Amino acid sequence: MNTFDLSTNTVTELNHALHAQKDKMTQAEWVVTNPKGSHNLAVGLDSELAVDIHGHAGYFCAGMNKTASITVHGNVGQGVAENMMSGVVRVKGDASQAAGATAHGGMLIVEGNAGARCGISMKGVDIVVKGNVGHMSCFMGQSGSLVVCGDAGEALGDSLYEVHIYVKGEVKSLGADCVQKEMREEHIAELTALLAKAGVEEDPASFKRYGSARELYTFKVDNASAY
Amino acid sequence: MSNDTHNPNLRESATFDRSTMAEIRRAAETGIYDIRGFGAKRKLPHFDDLLFLGASMSRYPLEGYRETCNTSVTLGDRFAKKPIKLDIPVTIAGMSFGALSANAKEALGRGASMAGTSTTTGDGGMTPEERGQSKKLVYQYLPSRYGMNPDDLRKADAIEIVLGQGAKPGGGGMLLGQKITDRVAQMRNLPKGIDQRSACRHPDWTGPDDLAIKILELREITDWQVPIYIKVGATRTYYDVKLAVKAGADVIVVDGMQGGTAATQDVFIEHVGIPTLAAIPQAVQALQEMGMHRKVQLIVSGGIRNGADVAKCMALGADAVAIGTAALVALGCNDPKWDDEFKKIGSAAGYYDDYQEGKDPAGISTQDPELMKRLDPVDAGRRLANYLRVLTLEAQTLARACGKNDLRNLEPEDLVALTVESAAMARVPLAGTTWVPGQKF
Repeated sequence: MNTFDLSTNTVTELNHALHAQKDKMTQAEWVVTNPKGSHNLAVGLDSELAVDIHGHAGYFCAGMNKTASITVHGNVGQGVAENMMSGVVRVKGDASQAAGATAHGGMLIVEGNAGARCGISMKGVDIVVKGNVGHMSCFMGQSGSLVVCGDAGEALGDSLYEVHIYVKGEVKSLGADCVQKEMREEHIAELTALLAKAGVEEDPASFKRYGSARELYTFKVDNASAY
Repeated sequence: MSNDTHNPNLRESATFDRSTMAEIRRAAETGIYDIRGFGAKRKLPHFDDLLFLGASMSRYPLEGYRETCNTSVTLGDRFAKKPIKLDIPVTIAGMSFGALSANAKEALGRGASMAGTSTTTGDGGMTPEERGQSKKLVYQYLPSRYGMNPDDLRKADAIEIVLGQGAKPGGGGMLLGQKITDRVAQMRNLPKGIDQRSACRHPDWTGPDDLAIKILELREITDWQVPIYIKVGATRTYYDVKLAVKAGADVIVVDGMQGGTAATQDVFIEHVGIPTLAAIPQAVQALQEMGMHRKVQLIVSGGIRNGADVAKCMALGADAVAIGTAALVALGCNDPKWDDEFKKIGSAAGYYDDYQEGKDPAGISTQDPELMKRLDPVDAGRRLANYLRVLTLEAQTLARACGKNDLRNLEPEDLVALTVESAAMARVPLAGTTWVPGQKF
């Protein structure tokens, strides 16, 4: 295990060292200490690394991650795991807004709460939040799954495409074109698998499913009031 | 205003002309705004309103065929390890696969590469055809992030963070269902056949302070190798440029309201933004006040058609220009040879702007496999390369006439304006006077 102390090294040096593992893997396990809220930690990784960040991280932690497993033992700032392609990002604390924004794949687990716009424009990632999510979560979400074990704020799933949303708690309001849908067996199975993969113990049957009504997929004069 | 009928007693209203009335009837019939492509069609103060002061007694010119006039430019040498070096200061603006056919994208790459310049992706990701044919490719980072991935990011020669475009500053992209084919849907991760509306602002940052962190993220992901551009639609250009420089941009792209689009509301195209001519002095002033003119390079786009436009942009302080609509015309867009086909879809060669419908007879703004075949990417690429060379030769001709051995040595002092409006916008004297409207003496 390689320990990287950010009190004596820069973020650029950290990322450069992690990127270098793609060309020649010399150390698969990394511990990052003293992050002190630094931005852009462990971004653009592209190899099967296990990175543990001990402390709080700033904006865009684990951005565009591919294949790596990154755990933040603290809170994260805006845009954690933005545009992630694959791999796993786990946040032990809370996540600020736009967690998992536009992410194409992999799994993001937030063990605390996530702020506004969690999963905005998500494109295939699976996001599991043990706590609550803020307003406008999954706005323009395209594909993947968003699981919320707590409550969801206003306008959940506004202008949604094909994301599967599961919420256990209360939903303050649904956004344009987002509706509650029947929880069928295949959805129970999907949710069961997502919870198991995230290591979260919840009863899938206690969740409600939300998805797109697909009424706004094409421009219609009759829908003008929805915009 | 009289009309073109034979009866001189008939008078057309300047306010309610036939075009205006036709739009009222169309709106009343359909209940929805008009969506179209192309750029602003209204008459605007433009580069035609400026003239060069050729050399005579007080300046001496350079020989057209004997003395060199440099056209090369390096973009993005502020922070990037690998700045972009172009042979000519005319680049190809961002246009998406989806809006354009794969053949058109390939042709843009071929033409740009032959002429020694760069081309740019668009709202839909990077295609292998385009990357394969483009020696220098700028990868756009847009609010939608369609097709965005770190592999393509690292294949790019530069990254352009798009905050807006001149045709629709403050608006997002639009690609109607007719053009969302299997391949486009797959690249954008969307259901086939839907009307796709791109976001108008980035999903994971707001404001210049956040943008500074975002720029650093992109630099970290790409190990500080490539330049990062910021593209803005021309509106509050002075302030936008200052904020973009402060956020850490290597290159600023300012797109005036004559800049084209694949699809948006007509009301947006015609009524939002400022002319390219008015934007350049604002951008240059911002850079100069920050001590960053020529250190952060300025690319200008929006309605550039010929070498005179290129030279005038550079005289006003741009380091390079970008062309979009003109490049498509060079490929064959609106070509009269397809006039019969244009008429079948209710348009005419030279007027066609319904790019959103995907029925382009020229095979450029379409995803229809049969129409696409009409555009030979090799031949179209050659036409584009020819056109780019003509732009460069024309700009060199004007620069030499002004006694300049480098296009970037052109300066505002080489220009005068034909109208009060253009003099005020370009901040150069009205021809034959020393009067620059708005400036004290």
